[in-house]
Amino acid sequence: MRHQVSTAIGKGIQSVARLRGGGGSALPGLVIEKIDPEFVSRSLSALPYGVILVSGTNGKTTTTKMVVSLLESQGLRVFTNRTGSNFIRGVVAALLGEVDTRGRLAADVAVLELDEAHAVQFIKRVTPHYSLFLNVMRDQLDRFGEIDHTADLLHTVARATTDSVVINRDDPRLAATQFRDDISARISTYGVSDELMAQFPSDDSMRGNSTKADVIVVREDDVELQRVNGASISLAYAEKSHEVMMKLKGVYNMQNAAGAVALTRAVLGEKLDEAAMLSALAQVTPAFGRGEEIIINGTTCELVLVKNPAGFRLSLMSFDAQDHATMIAINDDYADGRDMSWLWDVDFDSLTAVAMVSGIRGFDMALRLQYDNVPVDAVETDLATALNHFLSAHTSDSKRIFCTYTAMLAIRKLLRQYGKVDQVL
Amino acid sequence: MTRRITILQLYPRDMNIYGDWGNTLTLKRRLEWRGYEVNLLEYNPGDTFPSDVDIIVGGGGQDSGQARIGDDLLAIGPTLKRLADEGVPMLVICGLYQQFGHFFKTKDGEIIQGIGILDVETYGSDTRMIGNIVTRSDEFGDIVGYENHSGQTVLGPDAAPLARVVLGAGNNDRDGHEGARYRNVIGTYLHGSLLPKNPAIADFLISTAIKRKFDSDTLELLDITHDYTEDARQVAMKRPR
Repeated sequence: MRHQVSTAIGKGIQSVARLRGGGGSALPGLVIEKIDPEFVSRSLSALPYGVILVSGTNGKTTTTKMVVSLLESQGLRVFTNRTGSNFIRGVVAALLGEVDTRGRLAADVAVLELDEAHAVQFIKRVTPHYSLFLNVMRDQLDRFGEIDHTADLLHTVARATTDSVVINRDDPRLAATQFRDDISARISTYGVSDELMAQFPSDDSMRGNSTKADVIVVREDDVELQRVNGASISLAYAEKSHEVMMKLKGVYNMQNAAGAVALTRAVLGEKLDEAAMLSALAQVTPAFGRGEEIIINGTTCELVLVKNPAGFRLSLMSFDAQDHATMIAINDDYADGRDMSWLWDVDFDSLTAVAMVSGIRGFDMALRLQYDNVPVDAVETDLATALNHFLSAHTSDSKRIFCTYTAMLAIRKLLRQYGKVDQVL
Repeated sequence: MTRRITILQLYPRDMNIYGDWGNTLTLKRRLEWRGYEVNLLEYNPGDTFPSDVDIIVGGGGQDSGQARIGDDLLAIGPTLKRLADEGVPMLVICGLYQQFGHFFKTKDGEIIQGIGILDVETYGSDTRMIGNIVTRSDEFGDIVGYENHSGQTVLGPDAAPLARVVLGAGNNDRDGHEGARYRNVIGTYLHGSLLPKNPAIADFLISTAIKRKFDSDTLELLDITHDYTEDARQVAMKRPR
């Protein structure tokens, strides 16, 4: 009964919030969290395949999107928080949109993207059956404190997981013995081949320290990204290698694909339809703002979210600067992180020139480029003015915009005036 | 003849978070732009301490990093102390600032011995002092950066504060000052990175090194076509904590 009442209240607030033009994400979640904290656990408790958590510093949104596609390819009905609002109230909002009026969720499995701190809160209410941990990198340290502490948060989630924990064996903190020692769930791993390792800078290897963890890999439960050749990748598991032609770009997305496959294998076990899984993987497109391409007057404009040094460095390595006009937009709102220090842990030598630098901290970014001797054409802190200038000065060029989280949301909204942008929020 | 300056980075492997590399890069570029050749050296635990260094920089670390370098730092402490007394310019941020003091006493009462170049003591606390910070110094003007620490640092009689706090916490949540000075050694909690947005401190370290090495009092002015320093400083000073 209580569940139905909460559902009715939540859905009511959500429709009012939407009518008033808001995205409708935060408010209903906040209210339901307050009046009925058990709403989430009741909604998710009866799913036949249970709850899957995806966490880590970088790549959560795109990987979650991949996992959802792979599970759907197996005929499962999947519930997910696809907005990238990786707080518990975002999960509540997504639930309110999906449940029927009696509060029942028509799904076989839930795949939820949660950041490290919220994942720890979440498991106090809902026990995850599966967890996928991507990496532990420096991110918005003003929120979590230290990177070792972030690893501890994920360790707590791993210990609470009942069936399988899937970890990136190339991440020194996730692969560490003390991380794996007391996990009762079965452990699956994924990683990249030695030859690809050089393309994955970690925070530890940033200034010469390359401690690779000594990992015990159970071959049967491991997925390895062996090669990346443009859009073509080869994934090896269970003694066989599989070629997949990907729509996603960026070597880090290919690594995450290995994680998504490892997780799907763990969930489906013997029932896995391998051909369906691999063809679904090939079809996955970038999540919004994560290498997403928007067509403007016949040319592409890519939005690349950057939020921490390792992610920014990976993006610069993955996306060739040749033949692209580049814009960088750096904000320092709470969701971006207030501290600008992280820009100094990224090398920008690979950029020959930057056409436009924008955002609240555009001058910090311009100063950073100055110290790498990278020429900057213009700095304009106002995003709308900067975007207009950038687009009109490069009408026939392919364009790429590196942006922090709130800058990405703002730019996506502004881009609706110039091209077709999917509404996700 | 090229004039050469050697910069030594202390423990870049374990003590380099929050963009402390930006400080080394800033020194390197500001020297190169003035026509100097820069020899960049790294010192990590167990290495041989180089005999000829002109500027020493060190950064912050996690608790685990601070613990890893502890014994090694005590071993090279006397060497660093001698160099400090000779007037070698040094910049130490956050974790190494604490360990350049007498000791760091953690919340649990554990004592991490420091090398005592700076007359400061640090006590772990439950308060995290975190956010944008602006300080003011007679020598360097307004200093802008970002602090993130829970250690409360108290200055003894032989250390002078680097600056007064305008916005933020600083050394601790009571005294209203930030950082410490001993001769040409500067200890501070400011990340940001510190030096790019505070070139007065960068040029102090550089001019001190040049004076010691080449007995030259003149520091060449920099001619940068588009210098974004002042704009970046102005924006940073207006941002909320």
